[in-house]
Amino acid sequence: MNQLSEQQHMRRTKVRLFTNQFSKVIFMLSAFFGLFVLTVLLVRVVSDGIGSINFSFLTGKLSTQPERAGIMGAILGTFWLMLVVAPVTMFVGVGTAIYLEMYAKKGRLVSFIQTNISNLAGVPSIVYGILGLTVFVRILDLGNVVLAGGLTMSLLILPIVIVASQEAIRSVPNHLGEASYGLGATKWQTIQRVILPSALPGILTGAILSLSRAIGETAPLVVIGIPALLIPFPGSIMDRFTVLPMQIYYWTLDASLVAEYANLAASTIIVLLLTLFILNSTAIFIRNKFG
Amino acid sequence: MNGIAKKENASIREMIDQNQRGNLLRGKIERLIPIFLMLLASLSILTTIGIIWTLFSETFEFFRRVPFVDFFTGTVLKPLSQNPEFGVLPLLMGTVTSSLIAMMVAAPIGLMAAIYLSEYASPKVRKVVKPALELLAGVPTIVYGFFAFTFVTPLLREFIPGLQATNILSPGIVMGIMIIPMIASLSEDAMSSVPRSMREGAYGLGATKLEVTRRVVIPAALSGIVASFVLGISRAIGETMIVTIASGSTKNFTFDITQSMQTMTAYIVEVTGGDAATGSTVYYSLYAVAMTLFVFTLLMNLLARFVSKKFREEY
Repeated sequence: MNQLSEQQHMRRTKVRLFTNQFSKVIFMLSAFFGLFVLTVLLVRVVSDGIGSINFSFLTGKLSTQPERAGIMGAILGTFWLMLVVAPVTMFVGVGTAIYLEMYAKKGRLVSFIQTNISNLAGVPSIVYGILGLTVFVRILDLGNVVLAGGLTMSLLILPIVIVASQEAIRSVPNHLGEASYGLGATKWQTIQRVILPSALPGILTGAILSLSRAIGETAPLVVIGIPALLIPFPGSIMDRFTVLPMQIYYWTLDASLVAEYANLAASTIIVLLLTLFILNSTAIFIRNKFG
Repeated sequence: MNGIAKKENASIREMIDQNQRGNLLRGKIERLIPIFLMLLASLSILTTIGIIWTLFSETFEFFRRVPFVDFFTGTVLKPLSQNPEFGVLPLLMGTVTSSLIAMMVAAPIGLMAAIYLSEYASPKVRKVVKPALELLAGVPTIVYGFFAFTFVTPLLREFIPGLQATNILSPGIVMGIMIIPMIASLSEDAMSSVPRSMREGAYGLGATKLEVTRRVVIPAALSGIVASFVLGISRAIGETMIVTIASGSTKNFTFDITQSMQTMTAYIVEVTGGDAATGSTVYYSLYAVAMTLFVFTLLMNLLARFVSKKFREEY
């Protein structure tokens, strides 16, 4: 084996130490690259959109004239959509999680359902749109109304709600349940009065985060067929509707024709991002305060 | 005295009766609840069956009209012309190209970000940067679409003169940015779970931090890193709004990334948005494309799970 001379050795060490320092800087820049883009995106959106946000924009109806257009219809549509999605996903999601964690015997069936849920989480949202279009809009003949959109969205975010609820239930300390059984409580009484209350913060956090996913999701609703037309404000789950992301989509498409539409899209993005920010902050607050 | 005792007896018996009635009801509830919950749990299986059944039955009808081979080898897609042609290759080209561009952005940056977070960053920095990256992941894709179309494309056109107003390059890059947090977070998890003692061993031999990362941590966490890449690809394949907005709807079969190319997802949007008459061949082509998309992403997800299970190094 060749011996390195001291000089060679020194040079090598220098090179190694330099690459070490250099790569550290590169790695750091990579980690901050995403944040840099996020900042650029936000600055861009705010500078484009803040000018056209005012009271009449927030409360007005859609209009063919950009300067008179408002997004109240989309805000109400998002609200009605959540009125369907929230109860459906909470009910089915938490129910499924309770079954998987508390009742089902660990075995083939459970691991099958579990695999199935994680596969569903990986299905592209647009495929859920096709499912919704075929089953809810066409076969059940609901039409492109809030209920059809809400059920489609519910199926889309169910895997997330189920997994989050399962984790919340699993993290409840065993001794709480044991104490309840020891006092003679039945299984359902224990679940209802001991397990669920202490799992609630975790479940709520997961539910809110997945709701914010549903609020920002566009593709399934495009497939279901939300019209770009001027439609009256939705007043029930059987009304036709539009939502904030759909409005952003149509205005962005039209931006190549009329430049003002880009500003309207940016203003709507501000409203959407603020909504999501408030929801996510609530989720984080719940997790930190009660979790 | 006797009377009182009798009365007490009676009330105790009543209480026992009441209790038994209560127990009976409770027993019923206890038996019914699991059944009811099982029905709820089976809904997720029903969803899968629903997806597969919808896609299969309509795709089947499509292949009765358009030969299977023509669909998968055709390089021309003209669904609405007088003599419609249904070759899926232009769409596959668009999907593969945009996903590759996305991965060229997301894989190196995501991995290096993960290395920084796992190996270099102090706990304080990590505590700030990780949630901030998650913020990036929480931005709705429609917002990224707007960003690609109104900011990144015009910016790129300053440097690439031949770039079309709608092109596959810009949405590819933006999709990559969207996927960075996912790859960073999953790879970081994999690297953080490499035991400290392995690193200490390498440090003891005089290795620098970079050498430890390259020769010890990354090989040990490789299954998790590869799995995160595969999941990233799957995410890019299924992404819809960014490519729909920024890449347009030209069904180009080309390698030229400055041109507009349509992806499978964008085609689905175009067809459903155009109100294709139910029962027309165009309508059925929607399902054939969706089926292809579904199979692709499913395979990717299964591959990711296989890689992370099969090649995981257990410590």
